[in-house]
Amino acid sequence: MKFGVIVFPGSNCDHDAYHVISKHVGQPVSFIWHKETDLTDYDAVIIPGGFSYGDYLRAGALARFSPVMASVKQFAAEGRFVLGICNGFQILAEAGLLPGALIRNRDLHFICQHIHVRVETSDTPFTGELKRGRVLRLPVAHAEGNYVCDDATLAGLERENRIVFRYCDAAGNVTDAANPNGSRANIAGICNRERNVMGLMPHPERACEDLLGSSDGRDIFRSLTHTLAALA
Amino acid sequence: MKAKVYVTLKAGVLDPQGKAIQHSVELLGYEGIVDVRQGKYFEIALDGAANGESAREIAERMAREVLSNPVIEDYRVEIES
Repeated sequence: MKFGVIVFPGSNCDHDAYHVISKHVGQPVSFIWHKETDLTDYDAVIIPGGFSYGDYLRAGALARFSPVMASVKQFAAEGRFVLGICNGFQILAEAGLLPGALIRNRDLHFICQHIHVRVETSDTPFTGELKRGRVLRLPVAHAEGNYVCDDATLAGLERENRIVFRYCDAAGNVTDAANPNGSRANIAGICNRERNVMGLMPHPERACEDLLGSSDGRDIFRSLTHTLAALA
Repeated sequence: MKAKVYVTLKAGVLDPQGKAIQHSVELLGYEGIVDVRQGKYFEIALDGAANGESAREIAERMAREVLSNPVIEDYRVEIES
């Protein structure tokens, strides 16, 4: 199985994602410059965190016009796996691959801290190894992580079990106090209807080594690897 | 020919920056401020080939596809010759 990490001008978590795939997942991985358009070699692509195009206009807004994004849309339509982390989630939302939008945090601050999220479903290629209700400790680092969507979209996400992670306290209670950015329904991550595209604001790739304060993120990559191995 | 595009948050979408501005102007002593909403303003210069009608069409399409995110924002286009 082969992983790709897309690199936009301003991506800055691309090396973290690459490191995790090569070292902890132990699979081949390549960087994909945003001007490339051929994704035929890949089984899964990661759209990493950062500040693509300096967050000009809106976070993720300009990256979606990069040549590689048309290929990512096609890649997703073919049922292959796309994981958007932080700025990657913002890009997927701007590109219409995931519903809703990510706006300025409720308190306007750039938030950089470890938070807790609760796994809301094991029924995705990215969370198959995670029990529903499990609490993960992951870092967030964003100014625009406040998830918004209209009532109909939220109802659809809930009905179709597409909310993958919600912000919670250490005990797993989903409360307003545990919501770092004001996201609607404490949403930290969602998937598309076909479940092969997931976006989340926290950084699992920065939580794969105990030395970094948490290794809870590893199970997300482990889940994806198991999914791909089962398909091979 | 110039197109002016105004992008504003849809009613009901929280505008934390607008709220912070409102709070600040109230601290400065401004009274009667009911609400502040922050938006974006674009000036787009178009060459002579674009007449009023096509300039509007180009600007509307840019506003819809690039300058605004229809999930959270509305836009308004004005054409100035």
